[in-house]
Amino acid sequence: MAKELIRLHDLCMSYDDEMVLDHINLYINDSEFLTLLGPSGCGKTTTLRIIGGFTTPTSGDVTFDGVRINDVPPHKRQINTVFQKYALFPHLDVFENVAFGLRISKVPEKEIRTRVEEMLEVVSLKGFEKRRVDQLSGGQQQRVAIARALVNRPKVLLLDEPLGALDLRLRKDMQNELKRIQQQMGITFIYVTHDQEEALTMSDTVVVMDKGRIQQIGTPEDIYNEPKNAFVADFIGESNILDGVMHADYVVEFFNRKFKCLDKGFAPMEPVDVVIRPEDIEIVPPDKGRLQGTVTSVTFKGVRYDTIVDFKGYKWLIQTTDYHPVGEEIGIILNPDDIHIMKKSDYSGMFGDYSSYSAEYDEINDLEYEEEGEDAGHED
Amino acid sequence: MNQKKNGAMTRLFTVLVYVFLYLPIAVLIVFSFNDSKSRTVWAGFSTHWYQELFRDEEILSAFSTTITVSVLAALIATVLGTAAAIGFHSMRRRPRNLLLTINSIPMTNADIITGVSLMLLFVFAGNLLGFSLGFGTLLLAHITFNIPYVVLAVMPKLRQLNPNLAEAAQDLGATPWQAFWKVLMPELRPGILNGALIAFTMSIDDFVISYFTAGSEVSTLAMQIYAMTRKRISPEINALSTILFAIVLTLLVIVNVRQVRQEKQRQRLALRMRKGDAA
Repeated sequence: MAKELIRLHDLCMSYDDEMVLDHINLYINDSEFLTLLGPSGCGKTTTLRIIGGFTTPTSGDVTFDGVRINDVPPHKRQINTVFQKYALFPHLDVFENVAFGLRISKVPEKEIRTRVEEMLEVVSLKGFEKRRVDQLSGGQQQRVAIARALVNRPKVLLLDEPLGALDLRLRKDMQNELKRIQQQMGITFIYVTHDQEEALTMSDTVVVMDKGRIQQIGTPEDIYNEPKNAFVADFIGESNILDGVMHADYVVEFFNRKFKCLDKGFAPMEPVDVVIRPEDIEIVPPDKGRLQGTVTSVTFKGVRYDTIVDFKGYKWLIQTTDYHPVGEEIGIILNPDDIHIMKKSDYSGMFGDYSSYSAEYDEINDLEYEEEGEDAGHED
Repeated sequence: MNQKKNGAMTRLFTVLVYVFLYLPIAVLIVFSFNDSKSRTVWAGFSTHWYQELFRDEEILSAFSTTITVSVLAALIATVLGTAAAIGFHSMRRRPRNLLLTINSIPMTNADIITGVSLMLLFVFAGNLLGFSLGFGTLLLAHITFNIPYVVLAVMPKLRQLNPNLAEAAQDLGATPWQAFWKVLMPELRPGILNGALIAFTMSIDDFVISYFTAGSEVSTLAMQIYAMTRKRISPEINALSTILFAIVLTLLVIVNVRQVRQEKQRQRLALRMRKGDAA
């Protein structure tokens, strides 16, 4: 049904012995909104740059419409890019920025005029033609960058953290805007971000990457509901991750108790990682719960409370709409579909432990990503 | 009270420094318009020495040599220096810093060392390839000492550049060459112009390096002045020096005004950007 447009075959990239991409295999369909998601240094920007033609892979192939394009320079690819810091041409006004690609390919003046006007309308920038780009706000510059790329009618648009520099509200608006433009024009979008929420909101397909490897490919629902390993479970949303053992199909043991689950196909007594999403856990009075614990910290997050509960030394994060004060004894109930089983991986034991949880944790993490992201941008 | 006195002293000191620096030049300029051969007695205003100057074949030829060498050297050094700066800029940090340091050594190096070493090189190469010191070697020497100044003038503009700018142009279908001319060039132009002006200024008033590399056939204005002080001391020197001083001063003022203006514009833009984002 969907037509394959781009394929990455065994793509490897290394800078001075440092493996940045490790055997990436991926295909991208026509008209798909695909997001490369991962922390900084995971190789997502490098992958994008290889597709755009700005970086040559150490080994492996890139094909476009079935043709190998490894050695095709960027200006000959039917691919356009929206760069992280927009990279608008400061000496040209808005109109000329958008017209740049058309002028290069010697499109007749009349057609340039109509196509640029059309595109400025799509990104809601009509009337800004004669403005200098340095007189625009961040969001407006962003839209000029998108118009400048799309006016060339590329088959694929690459977007490298295009909303990173915008504030939260503008970012939300632009997410909707981008999705709308993508559907309206029917173009393949390949989007790079470290923001999992952004990825889940906009994408048809999410590719989760870490350490130069693809960790999981799937729809946003797949990625969230059926994470393949502890890294994905932790990176996409919050997760409690515990050691468990599969006794048989549909039966898993953790905390010395057997639970029903929906997973099968593991070897008998195979050690596994058990993922329990904080919002799936139901709090009940202690005597009615399968497990009993004590609340050790509560953080108000607006729509919910982040409640940390100590179960015999293991701390879980539970998200509830009800307030349970610190020190309260509670019980919990887990339904079979609240429990997700993952095979053991290199990431087992590294994530999903809330013993050192603090309210600032999230923000600190995000800050780090942003700073590193900037560095990574300059590196290559 | 005490502070006031201090302030007055500081002002006096500053004035004295400038008097010592510029009085000789002022005297030189004043006496270039003197209507007598005397270097001490003012006999009235006249442009006699300037007229004399423009009748002197040797001086006219030196003047044309100077202009030719300076223009050519500035142009060639600007092209080479800009290319070098772009090359440096795209390097990794360590080799880049190393090369920039090497680049700036000739500027701090004593002219006489640069001059003598270039002369030795030209004499050696000339023996080998069969040419002698003359206009060609003079030009080569000027290009050589101009390049570092051009690199230094272009580098800051490159640093201000969005690193994705050239890539964005190529992404939109421009060949690397088109990307350079249509996108990088307009951004770099002010820096390149500054570089060219500085190079021209350096060339026009150079004496030491020219003296060692020009050979006996050609001479520049600066060399001519030096030769004149040794032969016959004539107020023509005053006139010639005044002209040279005026040219160099004008160029330096232009360069400085341009740089200040560009800096102000950059700050204004940065401010506007911030306001734009807030809005």
